Amino acid sequence: MEKDYYVCTGCGLLCDDIEVELEKNAVNKVYTACRVGVAHMKEGSRDSAFLVDGKPADEAAAIKEAALILKNAKNPLVFGLGTSTNEAQKLAIELAKKLSATLDDTSSFCLGPVVEALLQEKFKTCTLDDIRHKADVAIFWGADPSDSHPRHLSKFSYFPRGQEKQRGWEEERTAICVDIRKSHTAKICGNYFFQVPQGGDAEFIEALIAGLSGKIPKTSYNYPPKKLLELANILKGAKFGTIFVGLGLLYSLEDLGPLVRLLETLNEKAKGSFHLVPMVGHYNMRGFNENLFAETGYVNSVKFEEGAVKHGPEYSVVEALKAKAVDAALIIGSDPLSSLPRSIAKNLLEIPIITVDPCETLTSRKAKVAIRSGVSGVESGGSATRMDGVEVSFKPIVETNRPSDEEVLKKLMEAL
Amino acid sequence: MTNAMEIYQMLPKTNCKKCGKTSCMAFAVALMARELTADDCPPLIEESKYKENYEKISGLFKTSEGATETGLIVHEDLCFGCGNCVVACPVNVANDPYGVGSGKAPSKTEKLILIIEDGIVKAQNVGECRRFGKNKILCNGCIVTCPVEAIEFV
Ligand code: SF4
Ligand code: SF4
Ligand code: SF4
Ligand code: SF4
Repeated sequence: MEKDYYVCTGCGLLCDDIEVELEKNAVNKVYTACRVGVAHMKEGSRDSAFLVDGKPADEAAAIKEAALILKNAKNPLVFGLGTSTNEAQKLAIELAKKLSATLDDTSSFCLGPVVEALLQEKFKTCTLDDIRHKADVAIFWGADPSDSHPRHLSKFSYFPRGQEKQRGWEEERTAICVDIRKSHTAKICGNYFFQVPQGGDAEFIEALIAGLSGKIPKTSYNYPPKKLLELANILKGAKFGTIFVGLGLLYSLEDLGPLVRLLETLNEKAKGSFHLVPMVGHYNMRGFNENLFAETGYVNSVKFEEGAVKHGPEYSVVEALKAKAVDAALIIGSDPLSSLPRSIAKNLLEIPIITVDPCETLTSRKAKVAIRSGVSGVESGGSATRMDGVEVSFKPIVETNRPSDEEVLKKLMEAL
Repeated sequence: MTNAMEIYQMLPKTNCKKCGKTSCMAFAVALMARELTADDCPPLIEESKYKENYEKISGLFKTSEGATETGLIVHEDLCFGCGNCVVACPVNVANDPYGVGSGKAPSKTEKLILIIEDGIVKAQNVGECRRFGKNKILCNGCIVTCPVEAIEFV
């Protein structure tokens, strides 16, 4: 019997094996999803709301007001979209072009550089399914999937059986964690947890490269060379290895150079091949990066200008707001007023804001126009790109009278 | 959790055999294995000087009332449904290798011990657990794979 499975859009893992029991068009019981996913799926089902200046309005009035704001702006900012479908993201890119807007998502202060390097083929990568079927060594570096992507280890990277991994994790897989603290994931990795001091990752990588190349691995913080050599030896013996890159690692590197060199060395010295997969948090941040890359050759931080496209850190949400370069903001599924540093977020309060978000957020409360959309993946369907680049399609689980962000963007386009 | 020695210390230590065991130590072991309860030691209930110890011992095993007959307890407040235990449990793997054994949703739940319901692990069919029955082994698949120590055997 073929079961009817849903996709969970609770995180970048996009688990596609979720069973749901409904009651009165609300999610009642959820099977197989983790607690984060269950909370996400049970979130929906409120009435639609369009607010203009904090007061209830009808849909047409809200769209009209939003279109007016965007039309009057010289350089509007379009921001967010990490929890929007590919379809909505493509529309937002169109919209940004039409408006000669600055367009960015959270990846500019998150894993964007890693996804960019992947798309530019600076790293070898693979899918999570490859990992389940073949991987014998997985390194979680500056990442704690047990907290951020709860089913990562059980669904793909450590515990499951796969085509070439029939005997189970105890015998056939090694999970390694490199982090500054003993995270939940580190706990599972047991003896293969390598604790580095804050900001010590680059040196640790260089020492590991030395170890892999038969030299004595040295660090200024005197990491026991014996332990580093032990790690180097495990990696050398790997037939199919993966490094899962988390924000912890990215934030402690000045650039990706050391990581590129490590992957090169591993692919040269190890028995098999080594791959890199970014630990993308939002369910479709990778989708945004790929969609924008396909359109412009950049993954984030762009400015459209009469058909041309400019790219650079000055077009990232942080820098654009800091320089007060933008004069209106359309924010989709993000809450920059709570996530950005206060000194930068406050500049947002000086310009008119339009929000499209299923939740009431700090940003939506300050918005000139606030549109409550359906929860993407729960109340509306579409497709998204998993953290490893695999496209996943999904249908809505419950019905809603709230518009999807895709519908809102479509109507905004028409109104312009 | 306590060990048999600690429980022994609280028993009358008279080896009177009224509980049907050959010694108080044997009784303590039987308590740990959940074959007997504190109420099976007559002196412990009857003699007032043991009252405090009787309550202590009963209390010790009270925690496991929510537990299954095999002593498996899920701390629901800690569990966040990661599924590590579900996928690592050898009984689950043997009974559903291409479903839970491969990291996916169960293809059939009847014979599984651990499943995830509403984001929390549920234990069922615990009689199948490798820690029990005739050919028991000290399986710890669900314990060592849990990041938050949400599964315990008492
Ligand atoms: S791991 Fe992520 S995608 Fe999978 S069920 Fe949990 S929240 Fe949903
Ligand atoms: S009945 Fe109580 S006192 Fe007597 S042997 Fe058993 S445990 Fe000891
Ligand atoms: S002890 Fe072993 S057999 Fe029993 S539930 Fe845990 S993993 Fe499964
Ligand atoms: S491993 Fe622990 S947290 Fe994960 S589902 Fe099992 S009991 Fe819950």
